[in-house]
Amino acid sequence: MITVEELKRLKEKSFNIMIDVLEMTTAANSGHPGGSLSSKDIVTVLFFHVMRHNPGRPDWPDRDRLILSKGHAAPALYSALAEAGYIDRQKLGGFRSTGSQLQGHPERNPELMIEASTGSLGNGLAMGNGIALAGKLDGRSYRVYVLMGDGELQEGTVWEAAMFAPYHRLNNIIAIVDRNGLQQNGPTESTLSIEPLDDKWKSFGWNVIDVDGHDIPELIDAFEMAKRIKDRPTAIIAHTVKGRGVMSGEWVVDFHSRPMSEESLKNILPGLYEQHRLEMEAL
Amino acid sequence: MISTREAFGNALAEIGSDESIVVLDADVSASTKASEFGKKYPDRFINFGIAEENLFATAVGLAYSGKRVFASMYAVFVLKAFDQLRIIAHDNLDVKIFASHAGLTDGQDGWSHQTIEDLAIMRTLPNFKVIVPADAIESREVTEASLKISGPVYSRLSRSESPIIFDSGYRFELGKGKVVEDGSDLAIITNGNMLHRAIRASMMLRKDGISPTVVNMSTVKPIDEGLIVKLAQSAGAIVTAEEHSVLGGIGSAVSEVLGRTFPVPVEYVGIIDKFGQSGKVDELFSLYGLTAENIYGASMKALKRKKR
Repeated sequence: MITVEELKRLKEKSFNIMIDVLEMTTAANSGHPGGSLSSKDIVTVLFFHVMRHNPGRPDWPDRDRLILSKGHAAPALYSALAEAGYIDRQKLGGFRSTGSQLQGHPERNPELMIEASTGSLGNGLAMGNGIALAGKLDGRSYRVYVLMGDGELQEGTVWEAAMFAPYHRLNNIIAIVDRNGLQQNGPTESTLSIEPLDDKWKSFGWNVIDVDGHDIPELIDAFEMAKRIKDRPTAIIAHTVKGRGVMSGEWVVDFHSRPMSEESLKNILPGLYEQHRLEMEAL
Repeated sequence: MISTREAFGNALAEIGSDESIVVLDADVSASTKASEFGKKYPDRFINFGIAEENLFATAVGLAYSGKRVFASMYAVFVLKAFDQLRIIAHDNLDVKIFASHAGLTDGQDGWSHQTIEDLAIMRTLPNFKVIVPADAIESREVTEASLKISGPVYSRLSRSESPIIFDSGYRFELGKGKVVEDGSDLAIITNGNMLHRAIRASMMLRKDGISPTVVNMSTVKPIDEGLIVKLAQSAGAIVTAEEHSVLGGIGSAVSEVLGRTFPVPVEYVGIIDKFGQSGKVDELFSLYGLTAENIYGASMKALKRKKR
């Protein structure tokens, strides 16, 4: 278990990422707030508790890697990288603008520790396998975390990669499915069902852990458990809420790729800060 | 006689001692001859099974981690992974693709295994170098040279055995066409399996008192603009010959240069917007108009247009 202080620190990071996501997508008047917010606690726990990295050295060869396979959650990644000191905060304002390093979907940038070019769904797990395989060949101990969307699992390439990792005994890769239940046009289960998800991953040879993807201690436990399993890779199915933290956006299909207006954001911000203050006090 | 794929396989095994090299196969290494590397360095040889998209997406991760990836499979199945090839191109990654059984050379397997679109498609990807070696000597040279080329390479190999044209001292130079026969009346620009056919066409033309220049344009991208302009200026008419669709291959690449520099008549020998079919390779080359006689005919047409 983690201490209350650590939980508070992580909650603070998660809150900051939420605010950044909303501000970046509203400023750009485009982007994907819903799926960024469902990922915010996973990204928080990875960057600020689980992953081994060294903010002064984005090129540290032994750093753990996060591949954001669901590239449309880029605002959450950029915000976390800014919080961790890899990206200058000022750059967040350029998100989705011409000439910006912070493209609409991540573009690999070793200096900013953006590990992979994603956006075309279905490729991140295989990319992660490649990095994990290179780690094995080079005798390095880093781990590779791959965050996927749930709708993304409709891509066949995900399952080619899912077949590959256990066969090659890659115990240094951890797949995370952000199971928010919604894709662009509606629920996954009324689009093309991806269930039974646990059984699918298990039958492909993965160790599977189900967690509440917004429960920070539960997420940490899952990642710790994943590190202990040595004979196979682990897939963490993180049950999340699309648009998490923004009442008017939770479970809203349209929040997938429709940011809030400047006015709506201005109206809800004081409430978000107040709610956050109360939550922190209650801890 | 030895095929370009076999020369590649042997060369790869020879340069393979470099620890950063990883070779990826999609269960065709006995055909592509990448198996030679696999026998020598099993730890750095991975058979992905029949999963080309997975292979190339994994190649992305390997290249991100400093590996120099060689991937070898049938050309037509490389194209299955266009999405992943875009990422390799965008990130300018050290992935060298050696695509065998290209063109019509997988004759009897038929249209599903033949590849007459690859050069057009690969040419549209920024950062990719696109190369078509003409014989075993050049194939070996390209394999070795690809280690020194930074970024992605697409090299097109043939299933068929083909005659050796170059002597062992031949050196491949990226982006440089090579004059194989010098003449003054017209220029035949070609590569790959069409080079020896172009040389035969040139012998036929010489009998008629016409002297053509024959150029081996093995690098399709970046194309040798300087040489193309020079040929247009000196010869005044050009024939391109390729084992590929006439849409988007070397004929197009040459015309794109001429259109904005020094336009001259161009005749195109290639496959006219059709798919292949099952058949013996030589029969298919005849059926689709890819013979020395076809190059001869196109040359006469180009000359006529030049005189007009």
